[in-house]
Amino acid sequence: MSDSTVSTNGDYVNFYQYKGKHTGILGWLLSVDHKRIGLLYLGSMVTFFLVGMTLGFFMRLELWNPGQDIMGPQTYNALFTLHGIIMIFLVIIPGIPAGFGNFFLPIQIGAEDVSFPRLNLFSWYLYTIGGLLAVASLFLSGGPIDTGWTFYAPYSLRTGTEVIMPLMAAFILGFSSILTGVNFVTTVHRLRAPGMTFFKLPLFIWALYSTAWIQIIGTPIIGITILLVVVERLFGVGLFDPAMGGDPILFQHLFWIYSHPAVYIMILPAMGVVSEIIPTFARKTIFGYGAIAVSSIAIAFVGTLVWGHHMFTSGMSDESRWVYSFLTFIVALPSGVKIFNWVATMYKGSIKAETPFLYVMAFIFLFSIGGLTGLVLGSLATDVHLHDTYFVVAHFHYVMFGGTIFIFFAALHYWFPKMFGKMYNTKIANIALAIMVVGFNMLYFTFFILGYLGMPRRYYDYLPEFQGMHQFATVGSWVMIAGILLMFINLFLGLKNGKKSGNNPWGGMTLEWTVPSPPPLLNFKKIPTVKYGPYEYEHYDEVTNNVN
Amino acid sequence: MSTNSSTNVAHEEEHGHEHVHDLRDDYGSKLGMWLFLFTELLLFGGLFLLYMAYRFEYFPEFQLSAKSLKIWMGGLNTIILLTSSLTMVLSIIALQRRKIKASIYWLITTISFAFGFLVVKYFEWSDKFSHGIFPGGEELALKTQGEKIFYGLYFSMTGLHGLHVIIGMIILTFILVFIVKGKVSPDRFVLLENGGLYWHLVDLIWIFLFPLFYLLH
Repeated sequence: MSDSTVSTNGDYVNFYQYKGKHTGILGWLLSVDHKRIGLLYLGSMVTFFLVGMTLGFFMRLELWNPGQDIMGPQTYNALFTLHGIIMIFLVIIPGIPAGFGNFFLPIQIGAEDVSFPRLNLFSWYLYTIGGLLAVASLFLSGGPIDTGWTFYAPYSLRTGTEVIMPLMAAFILGFSSILTGVNFVTTVHRLRAPGMTFFKLPLFIWALYSTAWIQIIGTPIIGITILLVVVERLFGVGLFDPAMGGDPILFQHLFWIYSHPAVYIMILPAMGVVSEIIPTFARKTIFGYGAIAVSSIAIAFVGTLVWGHHMFTSGMSDESRWVYSFLTFIVALPSGVKIFNWVATMYKGSIKAETPFLYVMAFIFLFSIGGLTGLVLGSLATDVHLHDTYFVVAHFHYVMFGGTIFIFFAALHYWFPKMFGKMYNTKIANIALAIMVVGFNMLYFTFFILGYLGMPRRYYDYLPEFQGMHQFATVGSWVMIAGILLMFINLFLGLKNGKKSGNNPWGGMTLEWTVPSPPPLLNFKKIPTVKYGPYEYEHYDEVTNNVN
Repeated sequence: MSTNSSTNVAHEEEHGHEHVHDLRDDYGSKLGMWLFLFTELLLFGGLFLLYMAYRFEYFPEFQLSAKSLKIWMGGLNTIILLTSSLTMVLSIIALQRRKIKASIYWLITTISFAFGFLVVKYFEWSDKFSHGIFPGGEELALKTQGEKIFYGLYFSMTGLHGLHVIIGMIILTFILVFIVKGKVSPDRFVLLENGGLYWHLVDLIWIFLFPLFYLLH
């Protein structure tokens, strides 16, 4: 924090002040500046997150008593479907890559922008159109979609609710995701600053690079699967319809060929952010840079081969099942490599427990629980018992919420001063985090026990003996939501009246901390020449004094 | 393909007070295009996977149904698309050799071939439709499940391919306008090359569709 007074503000035009061809709202909507596009994404995502959270809040309310409280089964089905679609397709998948990735990928590799800036803006438009279509489908005549976010055939072919519109929304979102992936891979290959070799890339970039590859490899498969369901509903070609000789299991295969790797689209960028935050606050070179970098690629690769573990109880040969189970266990290896390297980085570091670092601590705790319970589900014998219970829901939320969303919040707190040039109240931020962690565990740890005792997921009703635990979880959801709202309000107040943060409030070493906050339009006065790896703190003074 | 002016990244300052850098990176553009084509292949890959699974499941019905498709029509379309790929390349080479008129001529020929493909496809599909063979058609409803799946795949895959032919025509028409306007020129032809790559992909997918549906019986 000591160098926060050193600032070059005043003698440059930052990207907010820059006047382009368009001003006002058009200056944002027609801007091809990666920083503005990143902020557009972040704004949209936070909005959609609050919508998804509200849906979850009402689902928990409904479960206060057994039987019907505030909504019928059909509404409940629609709520969990939309909660899933919004949170997964609109928040978690694009979350860190499209938001923070857009803002920081070019800066961290020493580039002025991404390779295809116009395509980048186009991706945001596709994302917004997809999001609006998904929300608009709520109000169509057929009623909101009730298939669950997995759209399993043949139910998705038969249900009377409005399926085509949300499916087209998912298709368009997928297209947006593909274009972002193509853009990022090209950018990393073509626009690295002089001296920035692949093994000098910040680990966040490695994570984004791996993610972009999964987006390229996986997303087209769900694209065609979704299109086929639409075609099936419109014309009835019969490819997934057992009445016409089609095989619904093939739908599940095609769906999970994408949607399992998509889980790594969701988590890898978060792991990248963690690899940025830990060395910055431990003031130490990351332990095992190469291992962490390569483990991202390894996760991306092995992750494409494990989709079958979603279908252990759907009908598959025993050979396939143990092979998928075995491959699933292998994914735990590169994930474990990351966790141990992060912890080893902290060893003998001079740790500053600032807000982003505390978020990372919460992440490591929650994600470890989520990851290990994943192994419980990955082994065949236990999966048969726990399949389709609250245990799965708990595992998923520990990994996705405790993992990705907590790191999304961590990234928000870490890069907030860089993006806006202001600092939030760190004390309140820490309190909000504590409240969130308590509420989170009350809510989702209870799910593990409920699931183990046999509470099936996606039911609006339950047996009376589960009532105590359901009510405890619902109270937990209130605590957690209070924490989240406090966090957002605190950030908003920081945005309004926070004091100037300076260029490098945390003492980071990657290139974004060498440019002013907020950065100027093309990021650098002069494209930097990179001599050292991203976390070589023995060269801290040389790197950070070379302020652009 | 010529690689002049395409291996190094060049910055060009735009005129006037608009200080936005126009980043020109032809190699990067082609890299991006190849990545995008890869996603297109995977899009069709999902359908090829379904074809494989169902061919394994309904082998006799697939052989029987394939006999009803007219090889000469599919063959004619194959010749049309292969020739159009040639004219596409000729258009690119002409532009690289600064023969703008020839380039425009070859590009128009390519677009016409694409249109010709769609005309043949139209007659082929209407022939099937007139016999009641289309999804939901009365004749198809009487057939076995395996045959229904064959025709389901046939219409889905050739339909998606036909859609790509139409998209390809639109892209090539835009590029044609750009060449006429001079935005795509002998010094800046990466857009034409990328359009060509897309067109070759459309061609390539047909080369797999043709034997799978018409010849394997």
